[in-house]
Amino acid sequence: MTSTLELKEDKMLKVQFVGDDDVLNHILDREGGPKIKKDRAQLLVNTQKIIKKPENELEEDDQEVLKDQNYVEVLGQDVQESLKNGSATDGGNKVYPFQNRKHPEKMAKLASELAKTPGKSVSLNKNDPEITIDIPQCSKGHSASDKSQLKNNDKSEFLSTAPRGLRKRLIVPRSHSDSESEYSASNSEDDEGVAQEYEEDTNEDILSQKIQAQNRVVSAPVCRGTPSKKMKRKKTSHLVEEYFEAHSSSKVLTSDRTLQKLKRAKLDQQTLHNLLSKVSPSFSAELKQLNQQHEQLFHKWMLQLHLGFNIVLYGLGSKRNLLERFRTTMLQDCIHIVINGFFPGISVKSILNSVTEVLDHMGTFRSVLDQLEWITNKFKEDSSLELFLLIHNLDSQMLRGDKSQQIIGQLSSLRNIYLIASIDHLNAPLMWDHAKQSLYNWLWYETTTYSHYTEETSYENSLLVKQSGSLPLSSLIHVLRSLTPNASTFFLCFSAWVYFYQQCREAFLVNSDLTLRAQLTEFRDHKLIRTKKGTDGVEYLLIPVDNGILTDFLEKEEEEL
Amino acid sequence: MATSSVSKGCFVFKPNFKKRKISVPIEDYFSKGKNASEDSKLRFETYQLIWQQMKSETERLQEELNKNLFDSLIEFLQTSHSGLWKNSEDWSSEIKLREIPTAALILGVNVTDHDLTLRSLTEVLQNNVTPYVVSLQAKDCPDMKHFLQKLVSQLMDCKVDVQSKEKESVQVIQKNVHYSMDSLSAWYMSVTQKTDPKMPRKKRTFSSQWHSPPVVLILKDMESFTTKVLQDFIIISSQHLHEFPLILIFGIATSPVVIHRLLPHAVSSLLCIELFQSLSCKEHLTTVLDKLLLTTQFPFKLSEKVLQILTNIFLYHDFSIQNFIKGLQLSLLEHFYSQPLSVLCCNLPEAKRRTHFLSANQCENIRRLPSFRRYVEKQSSQKQVALLTSDKSLKEETQSLLENLHVYHTNYFLVLRCLHQFTSFLPKYPLGRQIRELYCMCLEKNIWDSEEYASVLQLLRLLAKDELMAMLQNCFKVFQSSSAKELGNTAKKIEEFLAQFQSLDETKEEEDTSQSQSKGLQKTDLYHLQKSLLEMKELRSTSKRQTKFEVLREQVVSFVDSLVREYLLPPDTQPLHETLYFSSAHTLRQHLNAAPRIALHTALNNPYYYLKNEALRSEEGCIPNVAPDICIAYKLHLECSRLINLVDWSEAFATVVTAAEKMDANSVTSEERNEVIHARFIRAVSELELLGFIKPTKQKTDHVARLTWGGC
Repeated sequence: MTSTLELKEDKMLKVQFVGDDDVLNHILDREGGPKIKKDRAQLLVNTQKIIKKPENELEEDDQEVLKDQNYVEVLGQDVQESLKNGSATDGGNKVYPFQNRKHPEKMAKLASELAKTPGKSVSLNKNDPEITIDIPQCSKGHSASDKSQLKNNDKSEFLSTAPRGLRKRLIVPRSHSDSESEYSASNSEDDEGVAQEYEEDTNEDILSQKIQAQNRVVSAPVCRGTPSKKMKRKKTSHLVEEYFEAHSSSKVLTSDRTLQKLKRAKLDQQTLHNLLSKVSPSFSAELKQLNQQHEQLFHKWMLQLHLGFNIVLYGLGSKRNLLERFRTTMLQDCIHIVINGFFPGISVKSILNSVTEVLDHMGTFRSVLDQLEWITNKFKEDSSLELFLLIHNLDSQMLRGDKSQQIIGQLSSLRNIYLIASIDHLNAPLMWDHAKQSLYNWLWYETTTYSHYTEETSYENSLLVKQSGSLPLSSLIHVLRSLTPNASTFFLCFSAWVYFYQQCREAFLVNSDLTLRAQLTEFRDHKLIRTKKGTDGVEYLLIPVDNGILTDFLEKEEEEL
Repeated sequence: MATSSVSKGCFVFKPNFKKRKISVPIEDYFSKGKNASEDSKLRFETYQLIWQQMKSETERLQEELNKNLFDSLIEFLQTSHSGLWKNSEDWSSEIKLREIPTAALILGVNVTDHDLTLRSLTEVLQNNVTPYVVSLQAKDCPDMKHFLQKLVSQLMDCKVDVQSKEKESVQVIQKNVHYSMDSLSAWYMSVTQKTDPKMPRKKRTFSSQWHSPPVVLILKDMESFTTKVLQDFIIISSQHLHEFPLILIFGIATSPVVIHRLLPHAVSSLLCIELFQSLSCKEHLTTVLDKLLLTTQFPFKLSEKVLQILTNIFLYHDFSIQNFIKGLQLSLLEHFYSQPLSVLCCNLPEAKRRTHFLSANQCENIRRLPSFRRYVEKQSSQKQVALLTSDKSLKEETQSLLENLHVYHTNYFLVLRCLHQFTSFLPKYPLGRQIRELYCMCLEKNIWDSEEYASVLQLLRLLAKDELMAMLQNCFKVFQSSSAKELGNTAKKIEEFLAQFQSLDETKEEEDTSQSQSKGLQKTDLYHLQKSLLEMKELRSTSKRQTKFEVLREQVVSFVDSLVREYLLPPDTQPLHETLYFSSAHTLRQHLNAAPRIALHTALNNPYYYLKNEALRSEEGCIPNVAPDICIAYKLHLECSRLINLVDWSEAFATVVTAAEKMDANSVTSEERNEVIHARFIRAVSELELLGFIKPTKQKTDHVARLTWGGC
């Protein structure tokens, strides 16, 4: 668009009268630019010229350009301060760079590096042949103890124990490492090659991929080794290239291994808990010290809560215990509600319900907004009423929605409701726009505890944990016990029907559509089934429980019957 | 734990009634804190007093600033429906009849302040124009039905306030009635006719021009309304306008163009829009600063860093006065909470009284103040001994120092305003355009040492006479307005300067005429012109004879300079300044402008920052293998691209952890240990999931997707 416009203008040469003032403006504009402190000396020269000139709007606007440097100086210091211990001096760069391409074997390499010198830190940049040798071994899937043994042995021994293929591989990278500098350039091509091969053949492929991986491991440090000057010059273009490289293909290179091949099956919640209890916690003295630091703030929190602020806690580690201690020490004599945001069944409705429960209200409300209004009025009328809300994980799946936050914010803005909440999610602050933030009136407190999120992650929704389904299973059985025999058989059939639709059709125990509906409503009330309208208008019923659980359930029932 | 359950997420704790009655007064929390120390009760009371004063002052300011806007709005509202009831057959009024009078109120982007403004607007309108003022928010009105429902219910509420309570029962029934514009206008008719005879007295307070007061509908956030609802409502209500006198007020955050973007021409032509602009928030801030900080009325002051933080949050983040006030409140609280000597942060007579009752501990606190120590060191040795040993002489000295501090502030602000008069009109504004910028610079260091100040003086030396005189006039006004005795002769001096300039006028005119006569109206060519110009230049450089005006100007500049050097000393040169100035910028930034992502990043990358254990100390960019599990898992996952294979990850994790464990225990059998390590890995992964770094994916079996890039 713009280029064509410019072209047109180029063709039609236009002569226009330009006043002296305009020219002066133009020049000054160029010279002045945004105000920078270093330009002060120059500035004096300019001012002599304009001194007689009437003030014009343009210049004023110029002044309004806010000084970015100033901003960083004043508000940006947090970054510097929190990182001053040397984790990352160029904090901003490391915290939010673009995605770039990562090599599949990098993790294993880092792991072996970290493992190599126990107790001491090893920087990523160090690279010696021994490490490159370790990599295929590491990802080979041997048991961990074997590996560590190998690592302690020296290289020649390792060669002899390694399988033939591995030995072969070892020779290839050696030759490459001599001509390192050439390799960094063709890096991306290698990746492409690997990507193609990867799909063709698994057996053959592993070998070739390993070789590539080797090369990459060698070449990676070469990239880093280039003089920083050169790096800086190329940095921007490099960034762009990396970005497109990373986004060019939707394919991501990862190994194909699955947990099933590994002997270790998914653990269920209970065994996981048992296993973890065997682990002795490290750094307990330091952790205790951290906690004590936070506990000293309790009185201050109470004070600030009473003065109209609300408090939000952030930082790594579960803040549940901390808040619980706050509750037991400070809130014993006050009315308070504890809300577990991480509880999968939590909703704003249930929060409001417990607030109305405090106010001894019997009866229901037509909508959440009505309820909120009622509560607001109640609290405004009675100023002696005080209520503390403790919300663990205000940013949980169930509460992070816009509407929920709006309602909780409105609750918290009431003068005699005091809110103290914790957030954990990386992007939690994005939940709040300016309007909501002013409703909440937050004071932020960093409470890094490093405690484990035991309770928060225990609700059967985490990765790798076997969905034991004990909760839905027990509820299934519970509901079934309380049903009439007719209905229970019905549900049994119904659940079996999910699998053997054809066979069980005749076994329906209801005689009319109406009774069927009546039965179904009951199940629906217990959230055992859900109805769903299909695209063709036919009603589908589904049981919102995993297949595995349902089979378990059927088996159990059969045993009993 | 009492608060964990698999079946519910909310736990209500309600202590029995008797216990609850003995609630702890807030002061106790104040005193029980970390620095439980002297005079905490008094400090808290002082805090509350000052805060209440500041708050009421800001509210008063707000009202004052909005007054102009509200006045013009009220005028608009009063005239807008006047034509409606004249029953004239005029064609133009016929047209007008179909147009809804609309006030577009441009409030600026500081959305958080809108509520306050609109609330006071509602109040003002209810007092002056009409009892029927309704304000709606976009989030309450997703569709026409809700819109009308809200409108009707609020209108009825308006009425209830005026009428007796018995109507309430009727209202409840009405809630279920189907809402329509027809019913609304019918209701309006009935209400106005019923109330007309009933309250003629009330009527008179409203303008007598109309029979019935109009209905004012305020749409708080016009931008976020759905277009359809707005359009429908406007079309419908324009049909009913003759029986239902509606006036709209749009609250607009961006620009008036948005009206035309939201409403097509057919609809917007039904509106008779008039624009109203609220005061810009920056001006608002300037007034607030002027009245709260640049005054001796409130003893509490902010240090340079704190003021910078507050203004920067305002300018870069939200433009919200409310947030600024919140920051001010927090700094006030922090000051009284953390500084035991803040008891002395009150008005001068009271502070002097309080010094009498200072405890021995507090006297020690005074002696420990760095500014006081510097002061003592400058005293004679005899006095030093007295100050350091005797509490009595210390208290006396403190009193006089407090008085000095007060005088210092009085003069400081006067001279600051005076300097601002000079600098705020200079081209390029070397010392800033707003007085707050100037104030910040003066707080920071000796202003006369700065480059900018030098350039200001240079620019002042170049000023023309009328400009200089205008500035002096302004300064004169500043000094005159104050009652400070010390600077009384300054005002006089300025007056003298002004007189001298005046007298200069007459003499100069003579000179001018003589010069121009000598030059005459000679015809010159380029050569001659050049020659004469060169001559003139030479004449100037050689003789360099200053005119009277130049001499006088030089005098003025040096006078200003001497004022600045004498009175604009930075506050940290003053003894006892710690009692009044809040300087802990760090706490303020932590609590108001927190960076949760950075905290998380630091905790994961550099555990040593939090856990001061030597085993965790590490170089940049790497972590020791004894670090907490989650740190290790995090570090490993950084090496992956979009998808992470859980098997690889767990093995890498196991490698690291076994290596770390190798050191301490070999007793456990390897299989069991592997199990435990796997469990630890699971825990770390699920914690990372909770933190939002990864999420499960179905793209590939046993893979998770990374949600972040780079280090965080």
